Amino acid sequence: MAHDHHHHHDHDHSDLSETELRVRALETILTEKGYIDPKALDVLIETYESKIGPRNGALVVAKAWANSDFKKWLLTDATAAIVSLGYEGRQGEHMVVVENTPTLHHMVVCTLCSCYPWPVLGLPPVWYKSAPYRSRAVADPRGVLSDFGVTLPKDREIRVWDSTAEVRYLVLPMRPEGTNGWSEEKLAELVTRDSMIGTGLPKAPHEISK
Amino acid sequence: MNSAEAAKRAAKEIPSLPLDADGPVFREPWEAHAFAMAVALHERGLFTWPEWAAALADEIKHAQAHGDADAGDTYYRHWLAALEKLVAAKSVTTEETLHRYRDAWDHAADRTPHGKPIELRPDDFA
Repeated sequence: MAHDHHHHHDHDHSDLSETELRVRALETILTEKGYIDPKALDVLIETYESKIGPRNGALVVAKAWANSDFKKWLLTDATAAIVSLGYEGRQGEHMVVVENTPTLHHMVVCTLCSCYPWPVLGLPPVWYKSAPYRSRAVADPRGVLSDFGVTLPKDREIRVWDSTAEVRYLVLPMRPEGTNGWSEEKLAELVTRDSMIGTGLPKAPHEISK
Repeated sequence: MNSAEAAKRAAKEIPSLPLDADGPVFREPWEAHAFAMAVALHERGLFTWPEWAAALADEIKHAQAHGDADAGDTYYRHWLAALEKLVAAKSVTTEETLHRYRDAWDHAADRTPHGKPIELRPDDFA
């Protein structure tokens, strides 16, 4: 299995921006004083998870579907291919794109919420950071997928990837049927965040408004 | 009350909140946290939306007087500053406490290896 628990650290410490420090300070104080409940806050933020960050990943996936040269580049050197579109992450991030095929399905786990590549994927869902999700995804990926309403053929292999501080994975889902001749912009509408984590599939053409 | 409904109402009550057809939009995760904190405090009755809108407007005016171009990208910075001032004005906390916790988080980030979740510990408070 391609699951790797080793986390390598080229950087000796974490960084929070001045603004992030202030937000955390305020949130901690309000929580300690009982003014806010962090769980309720998470629920509210989750309501907007698809509204946070640019979700450039959808455009990356759409371009790979539409352009086979770009796809080849993306699968061999994802970091450079993604940067070529103008989407730069924080320093030190290395992106790897793994391609779903009729015989192989990829799924990404990561509890390192401070390292989740949100400029590419949007904000992570709350469950994604939870320890039970992570351990179950490793032990029983098919069960986790069925919780998300995704049933894959029995003979399809499932591979679980563990994001680390230095390597972030993005799943390249299979292009949905019935999308021949679609523009990249229109294809991007089919790409959900969950399909780029591997806990979902892209939308079907009939699921988006024409 | 359902928090998503509360947020929707906030979006209606607060002028100039960045929105699309479905509701508020955020450039970075911390902006959503700042937004959600204000919604939660409003629900607790700490302030009314008109009161909040006035505090935010003051903050924006102040920033503009000091050269903020207000291109939209600084909206939630003003939001956060207004929130800090308002909680201090309501005696929920003080400016000093905010600074102390800010420094503690800075310390926590410094000692946390890159890629590990950053958590606050008592010894982060100098």
